[in-house]
Amino acid sequence: MSHKKYLRNNKLPHIWCPGCGNGIVLSAFERALEAADVDKDKTVIVSGIGCSSRMPTYMDFNTLHTTHGRALAFATGVKLAHPELEVFVVMGDGDATAIGGNHLIHAARRNIGLNAIVINNNIYGMTGGQYSPLTPTGMKATTAPYGMVERNFDLCELAKAAGATYVARGTVYHAKQLTDLILESMENKGFSLVEAVSTCPVGFGRRNKIRGNYQLMEWVKDQCVNVKAAAKKTPEELEHKILIGKIHHAPAEEYTACYDKIIAIAEKEAKR
Amino acid sequence: MKKNIRLTGTGGQGLILAGIILAEAALLEGKNAIQSQSYGPEARGGASKAEVIIADESIHYPKVLESDYLLSMSEKAYEKYNGGMKQNSVLILDTTFVKEVPNEKAAKTIAVPITRLAKEATGREMTANIAALGILSALGIVAEEPLKQAILHRIPKGTEELNMKAFEVGKNAVK
Amino acid sequence: MANNVKLLQGNEACALGAIHAGVRFYAGYPITPSTEIAEIMAEELPKYGGKFIQMEDELASMAAVIGASLTGEKALTATSGPGFSLKQENIGYAAMAEVPCVIVNVQRGGPSTGLPTSPAQGEIYQSKYGSHGDRGAIVLTPSSVPECFRLAARAVNLAEKYMTPVILLTDEIVGHMREAIDLDEARKAEVWDRKKPDCKPEDYVPYQPDENGVPILAPFGTGYRYHVTGLTHNKTGFSTMVPSEVEEVNWRLVNKVEQNADDIVEWEEVYTDDAETLILAYGGAARAAREAVEELRAQGEKVGMFRPISIWPFPERALKSLLPKVNTILVTEMNAGQLAQEVERIAGGETKVQGLFVIDGEIMTPEEIIEAWQGVAK
Repeated sequence: MSHKKYLRNNKLPHIWCPGCGNGIVLSAFERALEAADVDKDKTVIVSGIGCSSRMPTYMDFNTLHTTHGRALAFATGVKLAHPELEVFVVMGDGDATAIGGNHLIHAARRNIGLNAIVINNNIYGMTGGQYSPLTPTGMKATTAPYGMVERNFDLCELAKAAGATYVARGTVYHAKQLTDLILESMENKGFSLVEAVSTCPVGFGRRNKIRGNYQLMEWVKDQCVNVKAAAKKTPEELEHKILIGKIHHAPAEEYTACYDKIIAIAEKEAKR
Repeated sequence: MKKNIRLTGTGGQGLILAGIILAEAALLEGKNAIQSQSYGPEARGGASKAEVIIADESIHYPKVLESDYLLSMSEKAYEKYNGGMKQNSVLILDTTFVKEVPNEKAAKTIAVPITRLAKEATGREMTANIAALGILSALGIVAEEPLKQAILHRIPKGTEELNMKAFEVGKNAVK
Repeated sequence: MANNVKLLQGNEACALGAIHAGVRFYAGYPITPSTEIAEIMAEELPKYGGKFIQMEDELASMAAVIGASLTGEKALTATSGPGFSLKQENIGYAAMAEVPCVIVNVQRGGPSTGLPTSPAQGEIYQSKYGSHGDRGAIVLTPSSVPECFRLAARAVNLAEKYMTPVILLTDEIVGHMREAIDLDEARKAEVWDRKKPDCKPEDYVPYQPDENGVPILAPFGTGYRYHVTGLTHNKTGFSTMVPSEVEEVNWRLVNKVEQNADDIVEWEEVYTDDAETLILAYGGAARAAREAVEELRAQGEKVGMFRPISIWPFPERALKSLLPKVNTILVTEMNAGQLAQEVERIAGGETKVQGLFVIDGEIMTPEEIIEAWQGVAK
C-alpha cells in the first residue's frame, strides 16, 4: 500500500507521540479503504476533539474536524442530507462515550449508515491523561491518582444494546485483524462501530507502571481473547479479558433509506 | 371600528381554534384581524384564553387591553378575566359552567348553556366552541357566511354537518 | 380577501419563508415556543424531497445542520432560550468554519427555564456574543407575521452570501400571534445561493476570501477535497498558530459582517421627518411602541419611531443621522435594558437615551409607553 494515495503528505509528520497506537489505526484504516476501493471525492471523514480526532487532518478526503463529542451529530447531518456519501467517524474513547455518549446511542438507535471507529486508549490523551468512561476500574489517571473509582463501559456491549447493527473490536497489536474488521464494517449498510483498542504510553502506560511502548502492547495483547475462543471459556476465565473480533452483526434497514420512504409518502400526499 | 374579543375557558374546550376561525372569518370579510393566545403548561384543564382583534384599520398592538366581548366558558376564566371588560361591553356566559351574576360593566349579558345545548344538538360536548361562534355571529361580530366558511375550513373532514348544527344552536340561542 | 391571503402564526410564516428561500434540511429539538416551526418542517420538507430530523438534543441539532450545510444544502434549526444557550458552541463552530445556516430563536422569559410560554427579548447580546471568541454577527428581528416570512428568507440569503450563521431573533409574541399574510406576495422575495468554486480542484483554496472577505466552500462530494475545522486556520483550511495568519482570519470573521454592514442593515422609520423625540423598539415590543406613537401623534406630539430590523449589525448610520434633530430617545424593550446600551453608545451623549424596560413576562402596553414618554420627553 502506498500512503501517498490516501494521506496529505504535506501535513505530516503527525502530532502523535512515539508509541501511540493512532498511527497503526490509521494504517489499518487506509488498508481497508484501499481494499474497498473507495472514491475519495465521495467519502467524508468526520472526527471530534482529541488526539485520535486529528486523524482526518492527515487524510486526503472531505474531512470535517468538529467539536468535542459531536462528531456523530455532524456526520448525521452529512449522511442524511447526502446518503450517497460514504461517511466515517473517527473518535476517541472520551469523545465518543463521555461528552458524546448521547449522540453515540442515538446514532446506533437510528441505524444511520455511518462507520464509527472509536480509538480506545483508555485515557484523555490530549489534555494529559485524565480518566475516561473506558478507563478500567482501578487504573490510574491524573484525575484518578488513587485509581479509577468508577466502573467502566464495555463500549461494544453499549453499542449493541443501543441498536448498532455491526459491532467489532480490534486492537493495535492485531493490526491485520483491525483492517479486516473495518473493511467488514463498511459492508454493513446501517450503523457500524469498530472499537480499536490502542496505546497511550505517555498518558496511560507511564502512570500505570507499564513502562515501554512494547510492554504496553503486550499488556493489551495479554488481555485479548478472540470471540470464537471465548465461546468455549467460562465466565471466570474471561474476567478482565477483552473480547476481540466481530461481536455483533444483525443487518436492519438503514435510516436514510427509511427516510426516503417518508419522502415518497409525503410527495404523494403533496400531489393530491 | 375596532372590536376586541376575548374567548376564555378551560384548555381542551377549543377556544383557541374558535379564535382562529373568528379571525379567519374577519379576513374573509376584508377586515384586518389578529389572533393571539395565552396558556399555562397544561394541554388540558388549565385556564385558556384566546384573543381576537378585528378592525377596518391596521392593528398594531396585538393584545386585547379591554374586551368589547368576553366569552367565559368556565367559572375560573370568568373570575380571571371579567376585570378586563370594557365599560358597557358584552358578556357571554356558558351557564353550563358559569353561574350568572350581575356584572356592572356589561351593557348586555348573554347567558346561554352553550355546552349543554351543543351536546343536546350534536351529542358531542366538543362542538360547544362552534356553538359559541354561532352566538358571536348572531351578535354581528362577523357575518354568518364568512364565519361558516371559516369553520368548514378548519374543522376535521366528516364533521361538517355536526358543526353546522352546533353553529345554528348557538345562533338561535340569542334572542 | 385576495387569492392567497392566509391567517398564519409567525412561527408558521418563518417555516414557509425558509422553505421559499430553499431550505431543504431541518434538524431540531422540541422546545416551547418554537416547536411549531419543527412541526411544519417535518410535514413540509419531505414534500420537497427535503429532510427533517428530530435530534437527541439541541447541540446535536445544531451539529447536524452544519453537517448538512457542508454538503451544499440550505439548513435551518429553531429553538428558544435554553436551547439557544445549548446551541452556542456549535453556532461558534459555524462562524469559525464559515458554514451558512440559520438559527431561529423564539425568545421566551429567562434566565434558565424562565417563562416557557411568555415573551421576552433577553437574548440581544447572547445572539451576538453567545459563543466564545470574536466574530461578526447577523441578527434579524421581525415584528409581524409577513415579516417573519420575509426575514426568514433573508436570513437564509444572508447566510449563503456571507457564509455565516444568521440568527432570526423572534419572540413569543410574534411567533405565536396570527395575522394575515399574502403568500403570493411573500413568495416574490428573491433567493440567493452560495457561490461555488469554478477552478480546478488542485487549484482550490477553500478559505481564500473573495472581494467581500467571504470564502467559497465547495459542497462535500463535488470533487473538491478539503479540510474543515473549528481550530483557527489559514486559507488552506488547516490549523495555524502563526500570529499573522491567526490575526488575519480573526479580523476577517469580524469584518466580513462589519465592513458589509450597509448591505445587511435594515430598519424602519415612522414619522421621523419632523420628530423631536424618538421611540426605539423592535420585534414584538415594537407593536406596542407603534400603537403608542400613533396615539401620541393623534395628540399632536412630534414623536417618531425607529425600529431596527437588523439589530446586529445595528443600523448605526441611520440612527446617527437622526440625532441632530431629536433630543430624547426612549428605548422600549422586554429586557432590563440590553439594546439601550448600544443606542447609548451610538447617541454618544449627544441625545438623551431613556428606557422603558419590562421583564414581567407580558408585552408592555401602549399606555405604559406613553406614560414613560411623558416622563422623559416633557
